[in-house]
Amino acid sequence: MIEVENLTKQYGPTVAVSGVSFNVQKGEVLGFLGPNGAGKTTTMRVITGFLPPTEGKVRVAGFDVAEEPLEAKRRTGYLPELPPVYPDMTVVEYLAFVARIKGVSRRDIKMRLDETVQKCAVGDVRYRQIGKLSKGYRQRVGLAQALIHNPEVLVLDEPTAGLDPKQIIETRDLIKGLEGQHTIILSTHILPEVSKTCQRVVVINSGQIVAVGTPDELTRRLQGFETVLVTVEGPAAAIIEKFQRVAGVNWVEPRESHDSRVTLEVHSEKEKDVRAELARATVESGWKLFELKTSGLSLEEIFLKLTTKDLGEEAAAKSEKAVN
Amino acid sequence: MRNVMAVAGKELRAYFHSPIAYLVMTVYTAICGFVFYSSTAFFALQSFRMEAQGGMGMPALSINEYIIRPILGGVLTVVLLFLIPLITMRLYAEEKRSGTIELLLTSPLTDMEIILGKFLGSLFLFAVLEALTFGYFGVLYIYGNPNAKPLIANALGLLLYGAALLALGMWFSTFTKNQIIAGAVGLAVFLILYLLDWVSAFSQSTVGQVASYIALTTHFDNFSKGVIQLSDVVYYLSVIILGVFLTARSVEALKGRP
Ligand SMILES: Nc1ncnc2c1ncn2[C@@H]1O[C@H](COP(=O)(O)OP(=O)(O)OP(=O)(O)O)[C@@H](O)[C@H]1O
Ligand SMILES: [Mg+2]
Repeated sequence: MIEVENLTKQYGPTVAVSGVSFNVQKGEVLGFLGPNGAGKTTTMRVITGFLPPTEGKVRVAGFDVAEEPLEAKRRTGYLPELPPVYPDMTVVEYLAFVARIKGVSRRDIKMRLDETVQKCAVGDVRYRQIGKLSKGYRQRVGLAQALIHNPEVLVLDEPTAGLDPKQIIETRDLIKGLEGQHTIILSTHILPEVSKTCQRVVVINSGQIVAVGTPDELTRRLQGFETVLVTVEGPAAAIIEKFQRVAGVNWVEPRESHDSRVTLEVHSEKEKDVRAELARATVESGWKLFELKTSGLSLEEIFLKLTTKDLGEEAAAKSEKAVN
Repeated sequence: MRNVMAVAGKELRAYFHSPIAYLVMTVYTAICGFVFYSSTAFFALQSFRMEAQGGMGMPALSINEYIIRPILGGVLTVVLLFLIPLITMRLYAEEKRSGTIELLLTSPLTDMEIILGKFLGSLFLFAVLEALTFGYFGVLYIYGNPNAKPLIANALGLLLYGAALLALGMWFSTFTKNQIIAGAVGLAVFLILYLLDWVSAFSQSTVGQVASYIALTTHFDNFSKGVIQLSDVVYYLSVIILGVFLTARSVEALKGRP
């Protein structure tokens, strides 16, 4: 549905994106992950036809964005980093205007408006001025704007940036709800977002793709061991020693301690679940077990690994192999 | 066309939902009213004098010559040099500042549809202003008998003059995110174009003639006398087309570095 081919974009001497290629399948939700300045916004601006590429091709729904921009744009909904709203318009006025310029026929405008307002949960502010809405509502109006013409492709640039945790969850659920009806590419540098909302992830750093895969694949690829987090009340040194002797455990690291409670990271061999053994060891020694959970390599850690240079290159090589 | 009207309607709406339209209208009608009042009073006084002196054989004073011409040709053309930048400065600058330019440029609209929409939106506002002026002249019809033809020439001339300034002002507003700067550039350029007329007054050489030809206000002269001359119409139409064309160029360049 979205085909990006060898895309390069330069701003004068600055190379923002260089040789990026990826596809988004119909109905897929693709996460576009990268740190600040990685080139996410630039890539999305080229996909939406806002910026012409320096080199390379982008096709949306089968239309080349450079050659048939109007056809491609008709099928694309775009939420830029800052919702592109007119503060002095009411929500309904704004959405009606966007519907008109997106080519929704006069007959359908009311229906599309009602449907989108409902979908994005902005019904209770529909007659309010956008400038007076909270950030969360404004973001939802931005999303409504992207959806108003029921586009095949949705391009969302950091849809949850600047929202509070409750709003983040609401927005994520909203995006989840769109799954299957649209082909979605969303950018983010907030990592849990990817595992929560996306089926596949493209990791970009300094304008280049460093990894592609499902969130699970990425985790597995980079993880050589399992990690368990244990919180126990008792003497830290003794606990560490005891755990170290449990079969399958490679090493134990204290993570934090509060009063007499310690949280330990227990690293074990791959595919070996040591949780039951750890629980038994704790109880046998008369310590109190407060928490016991597996902790995969967190996305944050994967992300750091991918975007710090050498490991990143290694992963890129691996993912290239995986693609071929 | 539907797209052009959608954009035009949006612009017009924005004008009337912000203080700008009202500010411009107030200043404009106030100045208009003042000049109208004083020139009408002067006209009345002169007429009385002529009556008192017998006025034998002298033609009656022309309302057009004494009231309409000074208002339009003399004062309003200059006032508009200041007011038009207030109208046009936001056209692109504000979209760039607020990021809504991304909405417009990623919608299935051509650049030209957006440009024409913005131009028409501002032209509607200007037409409203002009209608206000001609409201004053309506009073003359009730109490006097001005000639209709010069009035029509003036109306057309003012519309063309305003449209030419609007097109150029729109171009200036593509330069920057800052409305104030866009407005200041507009004002500066308009004043220079206006002063060219003065240059021509001092110099009879080709330079003077060229300057006089380029000067925005000189071409209004004939209109204000009630004469519609093709060359003046062509001049203003060319400036309008030039403004639109330069705006299109500038929007194109903008995509390289938003
Ligand atoms: N208009 C521009 N002119 C010059 N350089 C630019 C421009 N826009 C972006 N860049 C540069 O291009 C690079 C990529 O920027 P981009 O905005 O695409 O990053 P991003 O991944 O969206 O980052 P963020 O997470 O901060 O939004 C950066 O180095 C940035 O400084
Ligand atoms: Mg960005």
